[in-house]
Amino acid sequence: MSVAIKLENISKQYRLGQVGTGTISHDLNRWWHRVRGKEDPYSQVGQINRRDQAAESEYVWALKDINLEVEQGEVLGIIGANGAGKSTLLKLISRITSPTTGAIKAKGRIASLLEVGTGMHPEMTARENIYLNGSILGMRRHEISRKLDEIIDFAGCQMYLDTPIKRFSSGMRVRLGFAVAAFLDPEILIVDEVLAVGDAEFQKRAIGKMQEVSQGGGRTVLFVSHNMASIRQLCPQCCWIHNGQLIDQGDTEETLANYIQSTLRLPTGANVPSTASRSGTGRLRIRRIRFENADGDTLTTVQNGTDVTIAMDCEAAADEHFTSVVASLALLDDHDNYIWLVRSSFTREYFSFTGSTTIRCHIHDLNVAQGTYRGVTFLSERDNEILDNVRNAFTLTVVSGDFFGTGDQGLPTRCKTLTRSTWTHS
Amino acid sequence: MNEAITIDSTVAEIPAQSANEHADEHWDLVIQPKRHLLDINFKELWDYRDLLYMFVHRDIVTVYKQTILGPIWFFVQPIMTTIIYLFVFGTIAKISTDGIPGILFYLSGIVMWNYFAESFNRTSSTFVGNAGIFGKVYFPRLIVPLSLVASGLIKFLIQFTLFLAAFVYYLNTTDAIHPNAWLLATPYLILLMAGLGLGFGIIFSSLTTKYRDLTFLIQFGVQLAMYATPIIYPMSILGPRARAILWWNPIAHLIETMKYGFLGAGDVSVAGLAYATLFTVIVLGAGIVIFNRTEQSFMDTV
Repeated sequence: MSVAIKLENISKQYRLGQVGTGTISHDLNRWWHRVRGKEDPYSQVGQINRRDQAAESEYVWALKDINLEVEQGEVLGIIGANGAGKSTLLKLISRITSPTTGAIKAKGRIASLLEVGTGMHPEMTARENIYLNGSILGMRRHEISRKLDEIIDFAGCQMYLDTPIKRFSSGMRVRLGFAVAAFLDPEILIVDEVLAVGDAEFQKRAIGKMQEVSQGGGRTVLFVSHNMASIRQLCPQCCWIHNGQLIDQGDTEETLANYIQSTLRLPTGANVPSTASRSGTGRLRIRRIRFENADGDTLTTVQNGTDVTIAMDCEAAADEHFTSVVASLALLDDHDNYIWLVRSSFTREYFSFTGSTTIRCHIHDLNVAQGTYRGVTFLSERDNEILDNVRNAFTLTVVSGDFFGTGDQGLPTRCKTLTRSTWTHS
Repeated sequence: MNEAITIDSTVAEIPAQSANEHADEHWDLVIQPKRHLLDINFKELWDYRDLLYMFVHRDIVTVYKQTILGPIWFFVQPIMTTIIYLFVFGTIAKISTDGIPGILFYLSGIVMWNYFAESFNRTSSTFVGNAGIFGKVYFPRLIVPLSLVASGLIKFLIQFTLFLAAFVYYLNTTDAIHPNAWLLATPYLILLMAGLGLGFGIIFSSLTTKYRDLTFLIQFGVQLAMYATPIIYPMSILGPRARAILWWNPIAHLIETMKYGFLGAGDVSVAGLAYATLFTVIVLGAGIVIFNRTEQSFMDTV
């Protein structure tokens, strides 16, 4: 296969802070160096892109020395934490801004979908906007006319064709925007999390369309998403950007596993994030959550098919006595669906203690598919008083153990729970 | 890029690729930190001509949406301005109009000047005003100021018919005006006007992406510049010194030539027009170079 996009030593430097009177001295200095034919004095400085560290330099490398080759017809997922540089990379490839060093080489027309419906005008009708948005994305007018019926059909807005889109719901606008983009015919398509909006049916259609484009049409697709499920579904290959550097590239499952491992490198368990939304009287609060194996070792990720203990360190506001505390734990998937919910009162277990304590929930033979889950915790005093209810108490990463005893993983993208079954025939 | 070429190239590449592996490969697009100063992709601009059309369409169609009079509003502004000028400069200040009916004199100047002022004002905020779109999708950025100048031209032509109506009326009812062959130069004058508005606009647009200071200058600068141009007064009432200074204002030549062509009163000189042409070419050329330079990375500072 030939290479469709090639990135050579791509770096992008940004300046921290505000543009104002203070920045002009640097600009003048840079200009003075250029006039004398010298190198940019600031191209050697700059710190690595770590948003949680205090700024030491005035410059930061949003991306540093990225080398990447994408084969023609390949669908490459790009993952990384917020602010890692994913979108900057897409901006460079789609020519929104230019790199500080390096070169990007591409074969064929590039179309980028960093947003759907870019440039649509609220006063104009759906039909006019299809033409306007299509032209902005680089389509010719006759091309749009030819595909108009298909676009309208895909968006499902026949009735509102001659209505200004300011009367449309935001979801309908997205559908219209995506419909136009779906009928672009670029050799290289760049997509940034645009699937996050729209209803479930539309998301399914959008993903289906992208698969069709890449598999049937031999198009090259670069896809950034935080939704692991859609990355798994769409991209056989995946690369991981961390702090502006390319950490890992290769098979999606492996890269994702490495990525998830790194995000949960927490030796002594995770504090419940201070940003987690919580409610309840607060006489007793969950401060820290740990996952332990049967031997009591703390784990960063857990394997399905094994016994797992979830330990919750509870801190009492005052040194008082609790007579019958009920604890609950629930796991939710990416789409906020409950996978399961366990509650101590289901098995008639109530805790009585004074002051702070640690409550442990022992889960036998963990039966959820590999993936990342969000946890909700709930503490109450019988049914009378909600003590603490935390919506984003923890993140649980489940990796594949051997649930079925055969090495088979089930179908983790389709179904989140695993159930053992025996089969007969007559 | 048209489709036939792309399809061909993908088909052709598959058999040739093994031989090509180590040779210099052909790339359709190479993005590098800095383009050469004069590396301006006019072909790409031409490929996006449909976008230019759509932008012009958008500008014209959306201005008077949800109004009853619609495009008739295009007439209201020059009519009201003319009436006010007639009153303030004609009746109160009693500034000469070179023996030409006041309505024609002011209307011709206002319509021409408005085209320049509007082209300049609107294109000067190209980068800042369109950062939202520019930050999400690539197309040749020059399309935006070009479309503004083009939609301004349509508006200008509509307003120009107003002037023509008044012109025909006075031509038939009075003998105060004397049209002549210079009238044929009008399209050229309009072209220069568009070029000047565009050139100045994109220069200012490029200069204000990082430091916004100049935006404050533009707002009243254009207003003041009108008084340095013979709109509300004819060149003929000026002393030799003032005339010599005003000679350097290229727009003065355009306005005076047009007034002379249609109305028979005004200063026309081939030297003046040649100067205005040269001036336009330089401003526009410099504008395109600066704009091209700025568009590569203005998103980082805008």
